[in-house]
Amino acid sequence: MSMDRREFIKIAGLTSLVGAGASGAFQLLEPGVLDAATHEEHGHGDAAHGQAEEQASGPKVRWAMTVDVRKCEDPEVVKRIVTACHTAHNVPDFGNPKDEVKWIWADTYEHAFTDSANEFMDKSIEHLPFLLLCNHCDDPPCVRVCPTKATFKRPDGVVAMDYHRCIGCRFCMAGCPYGSRSFNWRDPRTVLEGKPYNPNFPTRMRGVVEKCNFCVERIWKGLQPACVEAAPDVLTFGNLADPDSNVRQILRVRVSMRRKPELGTKPSVFYLV
Amino acid sequence: MYDANKILIGLAIFLGLMTYPVWSGLGRAVQAPKPEIDTPIIQKMPEKKCVENTHFMKTTHMQLINEWRDDALRKGEREYTNARGEKVLMSLQLTCMNCHSNKDKFCDSCHNYAGVNPYCWDCHLTPKQMKEGI
Amino acid sequence: MIEKALKGEPRYWAWIFFLLSIIGVGFGCYLYQLSYGLGITGMSRDVSWGVYIAQFTYLVGVAASAVMLVIPMYLHHFKKYAKVVIFGEFLAIAAVTMCLLFIIVDIGQPARVLNVVLHPTPGSILFWDMVVLNGYLLINVIVGWNTLLADKKNVPTPGWVKPFIYLSIPWAVSIHTVTAFLYAGLPGRHLWLTAVMAPRFLASAFASGPALLILLLLLVRRFSKFDAGFDAIQTLAKTICYAMIINVFLLLMEFFTAYYSHIPGHIHGLEYLFFGLHGHDNLVPFMWTSAILGVLGIFLLLVPKLRMRYDLLAVACGAIFLATYIDKGVGLVIGGFVPNPFEGVTQYYPTFPELMITLGIWSIGALILTILYKIAVSVREETA
Repeated sequence: MSMDRREFIKIAGLTSLVGAGASGAFQLLEPGVLDAATHEEHGHGDAAHGQAEEQASGPKVRWAMTVDVRKCEDPEVVKRIVTACHTAHNVPDFGNPKDEVKWIWADTYEHAFTDSANEFMDKSIEHLPFLLLCNHCDDPPCVRVCPTKATFKRPDGVVAMDYHRCIGCRFCMAGCPYGSRSFNWRDPRTVLEGKPYNPNFPTRMRGVVEKCNFCVERIWKGLQPACVEAAPDVLTFGNLADPDSNVRQILRVRVSMRRKPELGTKPSVFYLV
Repeated sequence: MYDANKILIGLAIFLGLMTYPVWSGLGRAVQAPKPEIDTPIIQKMPEKKCVENTHFMKTTHMQLINEWRDDALRKGEREYTNARGEKVLMSLQLTCMNCHSNKDKFCDSCHNYAGVNPYCWDCHLTPKQMKEGI
Repeated sequence: MIEKALKGEPRYWAWIFFLLSIIGVGFGCYLYQLSYGLGITGMSRDVSWGVYIAQFTYLVGVAASAVMLVIPMYLHHFKKYAKVVIFGEFLAIAAVTMCLLFIIVDIGQPARVLNVVLHPTPGSILFWDMVVLNGYLLINVIVGWNTLLADKKNVPTPGWVKPFIYLSIPWAVSIHTVTAFLYAGLPGRHLWLTAVMAPRFLASAFASGPALLILLLLLVRRFSKFDAGFDAIQTLAKTICYAMIINVFLLLMEFFTAYYSHIPGHIHGLEYLFFGLHGHDNLVPFMWTSAILGVLGIFLLLVPKLRMRYDLLAVACGAIFLATYIDKGVGLVIGGFVPNPFEGVTQYYPTFPELMITLGIWSIGALILTILYKIAVSVREETA
C-alpha cells in the first residue's frame, strides 16, 4: 500500500476541504506504512497550507498517544523506544542524575501515578515500566507560566518549545506537574561528541529548557513519531479530535488512565492497562 | 573651572579610548570578503540563484532566516513562496546549508569581517557536523 | 549629595574595599558560571530553583517592608518616623537591586533577558513580577532621593513627590503578592499551592524587613551621630512583633490543613522540611532553628522590659531576621521541589561558586546600602 503525503494529510484531517469519507482511512494503516510513503528529506508537501486552513476553521487536530503498558514488560522494548527518541533528537546523556536531560523514560506505576497508589493492586502492574514523556496537555501550566512564550501550544495540540527564545528561567519546570522538562545545565554538545546522532535535527544549547516535541519535525512529513515507529505495537499515535481515529477507537474499547487528572491539565498521553 | 588640567587630561584619555576602534584601523587595508559559492550543488545549477535575488539575500538574509524560524517552528508553516513564485522548504540546515555547504568560506568569511557572531551554530549542525558528527 | 559618599574615615573605606573584594570573587565565579552553565550550581532536574531564587524571594519581602514606615508616616502623620523613613526606602532600593541581580544570575540565557519585554506575556506571573519590581525600584529612587534632597535644603518635600509616596504603598504590597503568586498558582506543587501564601509572604516580610532595619539603625547609631530615636525604634519593634505572630499563625494554619486532612501530598512538603521524608532530612535542623529563633524573637519583642533594652532588641531582631530567612530563603523554595512530581526525594546542596555568587550579590546590596546610608546620615548630621 502506498500513498503520497498529500493523501496522508487529507486523511489525517489536516485540511477541512477533504470529504468526511476519507478521514476514516487513517487508522486502517499499519503504523510504519506512513514513513514508507514519505521519507525523502527535502520533501515539502501541503502541510503548511493545510494548517493555515485548519486554524481558520477551529482545531480539527489534536495529536495524542496511547501507551499499552502491558506490552512494555520487556526492558528491551523500553530501551528501543528511549534510544529511538533520544537519537532522533540528539538528546545528551550526561550519565549523572544532576545534569540529566530526557525526553522519554520509564518509571514505576507508583511514581507515574502518585495519587493512585493502591497497596492491594495487581502485583504485575506494580512492576511494569510506565513510559513517561511530555503529556502535551490541553491546558498546559508550563505555557501559562512562561514569560516569553518560548513554550507554546500549537493549534494541533502539541506543546512546543522555541529554543531560540527560551531565557532559561525554569518557571516551566516548576509549573509542570509531571516532571517532563529538563534543563541544559551544561553544554549538551560536550557529551554528544562521537555518539550516534541525527544529522537533520539540531542540538540544544546550554541554558535552555527542553522536552518531548511529539516529533513535530516528523508528523509534518506524515511520519509517525520516532518512539511509535520503534514500537508500533506498544504506542499508538493519532488524532484525538477525530472520533473515528485510531486512538479514539482504542480509547473506546480499552480502559485508559491519564496522569494526575485532578489537576485539570487534560493530558494527551493515555495509559492502557 | 576647578581642576581644569585634570578634567582635560581625563577627557582626552576618555576620547582616545572611545575612538580606539576608529583610529586603530587607520592605514590598514583589509580586503573586503568575497564569499565563495563554489560548492558541488551550486556548480550543478544551470542558473545560479538563491531563494531570493542576490541583493536581497546580501542585505536581508538575517531577517529572512528569522522569519523562517518563527514560521516553521512557531506556526508550523514550513513552506516559503519566494518572489519568483517558487516554493522552498524553510530550513537553515536542510535548505540554506544544502547549497552553501562551504560554511567557512561563505557564512564565516563575511561574519568574521563584520565582527558578528550569530548563535545559529550553537544548536544547528554545520554541513561538516551533519556529515562527520557533532 | 553624592559627594558625601566620597568622604569618610579609614574604617568606611576599609569596609567599602572589603565589600568590593567579595564582589570581585563573586563576579569571578559568575564568569565561571557564564562559561560553563548553571551546572556549577547544586541545582538539578528535580530541584530546579535553588539559593538564587530563594534569596530573591526573601529580599522582595525586605524591599516591600519599607511600607511599614511609609504608612504610619504619610497616612497617619506619625512624625517620629520622619527622620527614619528614608532609611527604609534606601533599604528597599538595595533589596530590589539584589532581587533583580539574583534573577539575572539564575537564568540560563542572561543575554536574552529582554525577551520578557520583547515578547510580553501578561498571562505569566514572572512578567508581572518584572514590571512591579522595576516599578518599585523606580518609585523608591524618586521618593528617597527627593525627600532627602528637600531635607538637605531644609524645605518641605516637593508636592509632585507625594503621589509617588502614596503609590508606593499599594505597590509594595503588590511586589510581594505577585512574588507569592509565582509559587501559589502552580498545580502539583503541594507546599506552594496555598491561598495563604501571599498573606504569609507579607506577614513575614513585615517582620524580616523592619528587623533588618532596626539592626541597621542600631549600627548607624553606633557609628555616627545620627540616632533614629527611641520611640521610632520601639514602634518599629512592635510592628515586627505583630507581623511575626501573624506569620507564625499562618504557618500553623498550613500544618493544621495538611495534618488534619491527612492528604499525603499536603503533608509531604512540611514533613520533609520539619521531620524528614523517607530518611532525607537535610533541612530539618535549619527549620527547627528557624522555629526556635522565631519564638525567641517574638518573646523578646512581646515583653516591653526586654524590648526596651537595645542589646536584647538587637538579639530579637537578629533572631527574627534569621528565622524568616531560613523559613523563606531556604525552606520554602527548596521544600516546594521536594518531593518531586514522582514522589521521589532529591536533596539540594548549594555549591561553593554558587554560594560565592550569592555572597557577591549580598555584598553589592551592602555596598549600595552603605553608600546610600552614608549620604543619608551625612545629611542628617548636617541638619541636626
